[in-house]
Amino acid sequence: MKPSDQTPDVLTAGEAAAIDQVIADHGNDATQLVGILLSVQEAAEGRYISRAAAVYVARKLGLKITQVYDVISFYTAINDEPQAKFTLEVCSSAPCQVNGASSLLDDLSELLGVGVGETTPCGKFAIRKVPCFGACDVAPAVRCNGKVYGGLTDKDKVAAMLKELEGGAC
Amino acid sequence: MSKAVSFISRRFGQYDPASLADYEAHDGFKALKKVLGEKIDGYDIAKVLSDNGIQGRGGAAYDMGRKWSQARDVKGGHKWVVCNADEGEPGTFKDRELLKNDPFQVLEGMIIAGWSVGANDGLIYLREEYWHLRPVILSAIKQCEEAGYLGDDILGSGLNYRIHLYSGAGAYVCGEGSALSESVEGKAGRPRGKPPYIKQCGVFHLPTCVNNVESFSLVPNVLLDDEGFYKSQGTPECPGTKMISVSGNVKNPGVFEIPFGTTIREIIELAGGVADGHEVRLVQLGGASGCIASKDQLDTPYTYDDLKKAGLTAVGSGAVLVVDDRTSVVDFLRMTQAFFCHESCGQCTPCREGNRHIALTLDKLAEGTCTRAELDSAIRYARLMTDASICGLGQAAQSAFLSALKHFPADFELKKEAAVK
Repeated sequence: MKPSDQTPDVLTAGEAAAIDQVIADHGNDATQLVGILLSVQEAAEGRYISRAAAVYVARKLGLKITQVYDVISFYTAINDEPQAKFTLEVCSSAPCQVNGASSLLDDLSELLGVGVGETTPCGKFAIRKVPCFGACDVAPAVRCNGKVYGGLTDKDKVAAMLKELEGGAC
Repeated sequence: MSKAVSFISRRFGQYDPASLADYEAHDGFKALKKVLGEKIDGYDIAKVLSDNGIQGRGGAAYDMGRKWSQARDVKGGHKWVVCNADEGEPGTFKDRELLKNDPFQVLEGMIIAGWSVGANDGLIYLREEYWHLRPVILSAIKQCEEAGYLGDDILGSGLNYRIHLYSGAGAYVCGEGSALSESVEGKAGRPRGKPPYIKQCGVFHLPTCVNNVESFSLVPNVLLDDEGFYKSQGTPECPGTKMISVSGNVKNPGVFEIPFGTTIREIIELAGGVADGHEVRLVQLGGASGCIASKDQLDTPYTYDDLKKAGLTAVGSGAVLVVDDRTSVVDFLRMTQAFFCHESCGQCTPCREGNRHIALTLDKLAEGTCTRAELDSAIRYARLMTDASICGLGQAAQSAFLSALKHFPADFELKKEAAVK
């Protein structure tokens, strides 16, 4: 059973109000669907679009649910599963790779005790490989919740970055 | 030695990008006031762009003046101007710097575009990776609206023009005009078949003029350049300056504005030279979809024509990725290939299957188990992708592989036992 299947199919009043606000901020404009989903996700617990949220957005914007899921499943930055509190996105494109992105991945795995694509048992950290996010001047780099951490050339620097994220421990 | 210049980057660090008043104090909106005050015709503005030899900075290098006059030609009441800020080519981050350090300059260029081509709406399509730049852009738009640079009857000229901000969501393919249009319409970003072209049928199926962040940034500067500084830079065939992003194994990676005609070697020196005393193995120009140059080609001048003559396609996105001798050519290609396998939207067969097939062949090459027949098929698929893919992604995805075959033949010599199989 996928985690998203366990979530209730209804939104709390607070969650619905938050989505209303996002849609109003985007001018009630259905063509802004991509931006709306990103903002809804940013405000949601677990940084993902739950099934209930997707249904709600579709109804509010007058779209078919299939249209909303076409967008959710197409774009990598929109999640349909709950995310770890800190998803460490490691750039795997050439500019970071030639600057040691694979040893950065090894360091992260060793420090957190999980591999690429995995989440720590406490659910706090996850490691993911992503394509270039335009931080090649500070390669190798990690992006976490929208913030870029660059120059992670050795294990001490990786540990220092993790420490910045709530002490880096589970 | 330093060959860096500052033309469109001249305001970097000189003013507070959160303040319109500060921008105005640094010649901001002077070009717009000139255009609207003198009611300069859109065709004349397009001519200035063409006379300065400006080619679009997004990668396709289309004559910008020509694009604008074609956009003006298009009949139809409602047109759109699109600023493509979806710079997804690995190794490219110059638009990030332009938006961060001088967002008003981009807006000014877009407003002049609206006037020139006869559009009433403009939009910025910002990649999700630059989500952190949203507040600065939204604030710049708001300040322009309050000051009357956006909205109805701008500066009493009769021009009604608004700018909207749209988000991408981590899809490289959305940098392509028709995929971008789909995305702006609130859909998945799958490229459309062409024709009709974007200029006739773009966002919301309306006539659309798409330019890159850097292209728009050039406009106000060129219009105020009475002394002809821009044209005095570069070479006679390729005048002007270019924003480049230098990354990889160099000491000081970053964004530089250089005159065209600077050699690749000088660009590497500008970025502090190769790091840790290593030798250059290869240089990739224009991002993952760009060609790769060997160390024997470093004295090639950085101009559209010279690069093309050297078999390096073109300037592309302005990325210059320097790779030293610690990475082999085949391993480098595997990194690029992994990127395209991830980013192919999967809509058309040549791109979807071709990328995967070539990735497997490159893996075998690295292992030393690739046969002649397998390599030949990969080359055939690469050429097929170039000819038969729906959009620029698939068409350009194999530039690195095909140029590597030409410039690094020794790296594709097959291991003996595999070759006889």
